[in-house]
Amino acid sequence: MTIWLIMLAGGLITFGMRFSFVWLLGRFEVPETMRRALHYVPPAVLSAIVFPELFLSENHLDLSLGNARLLAGLVAIAVAAWTKNSLLTILAGFVALLVFETLSLAR
Amino acid sequence: MKPSSHFWAGVRAELPLLVGVFPFGLIYGTLALNAGIPPIAAQGMSSILFAGSSQFAFAQLVHESTPALVIVLTIAVINLRHMLYSASLAPFMHDLSMRWKILLSYLMTDEAYAVAVLNYERVGGTAGAHYYFFGAGLALWSTWQISSALGLWVGASLPAALPLDFALPLTFIAMVVPALKIRPAVAAALSAGLVALLAYSLPYKLGLILAALTGIVVGTILESRVERNAIPLHNKEEPK
Repeated sequence: MTIWLIMLAGGLITFGMRFSFVWLLGRFEVPETMRRALHYVPPAVLSAIVFPELFLSENHLDLSLGNARLLAGLVAIAVAAWTKNSLLTILAGFVALLVFETLSLAR
Repeated sequence: MKPSSHFWAGVRAELPLLVGVFPFGLIYGTLALNAGIPPIAAQGMSSILFAGSSQFAFAQLVHESTPALVIVLTIAVINLRHMLYSASLAPFMHDLSMRWKILLSYLMTDEAYAVAVLNYERVGGTAGAHYYFFGAGLALWSTWQISSALGLWVGASLPAALPLDFALPLTFIAMVVPALKIRPAVAAALSAGLVALLAYSLPYKLGLILAALTGIVVGTILESRVERNAIPLHNKEEPK
C-alpha cells in the first residue's frame, strides 16, 4: 500500500517538475542562482548515496583493506574517470568486488 | 518533411543512447526484485515515475525500510533537475496544444532532453520539432519499459549469492564520475559524500537530504567564486 502511495506522490512531483516551466509558457526566466544550483543536484545526491555504500560496513566506518566494497568502488571510480564508459565501469566494479572478496576470505 | 519523418529522425538520434539505457533498466528490475518490491509496483515505477536514478534510489530505500515521506523527498530532490530541462525547452514548446505539452513533459528524461534540445537549437520550435522530440522520447520510454520488465523477469532466476545490490553504487559511479569536469562539481560530490557518512545515523535517512543540500550549496558557492576570480586570471595567462 505504502509503495503505491510513494509511487503516486513521486510520480506526480516528478511530472510536476517536468511540466512546470512548459506549463508556465516559458514566460519566466529561471533565476541564475537556481540554474547553477540545479547542475550540482546529480553529483551531490548520487554521491550521498554512494559514499555510505562504500565506506560503511554494518553502519561502521571501515577503511581497512578487508572492505572489498570500498576497494572495488575505487576501481570503478578509476575506470569511470578513465573510460567514461558506464558498462565497462559496472563490469570492472563487479569483477573487482569478486576478486577482493575472494582475497579477504582467503586471508 | 512529413511528421512521420521527423518522428523517425528523433528515434534514430536516440538510438545510441538506448544502448546505454538498456542495461540500466535490467539492473533496476533486478534490484527492485531484490529489494522485495512486488514486480507490478516495480514496473509501475518505470511507467509512472519514469526516471532512472530516482527509481534506483527508490529500490534501495524501500529495501532499507526508509519512511515513505523521506523516500518521496529523495525522489523529488533527485528529479529536481527536470525543472531545468522544463525551463530550457519551454520557449520551443510555447505554441503546442495542452495535450502535446503534457505528453512531451511526461517523456522529458535526461536522454530524451539531450536529443530534443539539440534539435530545437538547430530548427527552433517548428512544427516538425515536437514530432522529433516525441520520437526520441517514445523510443526511450519503450526501451526503459522493456528492459526493466526483462530485469524483473531474469532477475528472479539469478543466484542469490551474486552481490547484485552493488550494482547501485556502481551505476551511480558510472553516472557521476564522468560528469565531474569542473572543480566545484568534484567539491559538491566530496562534501555531499562526507556529510552523508557523518550524518548517516540521523533518523529517517535525513542524513541523505542534508548531504545532498550541502553538496549543492558547496558546488554553487564555489562556482560563483571561481567565476569572480576568473576575470583577473585572463589578464595573466590562460589556465592549462
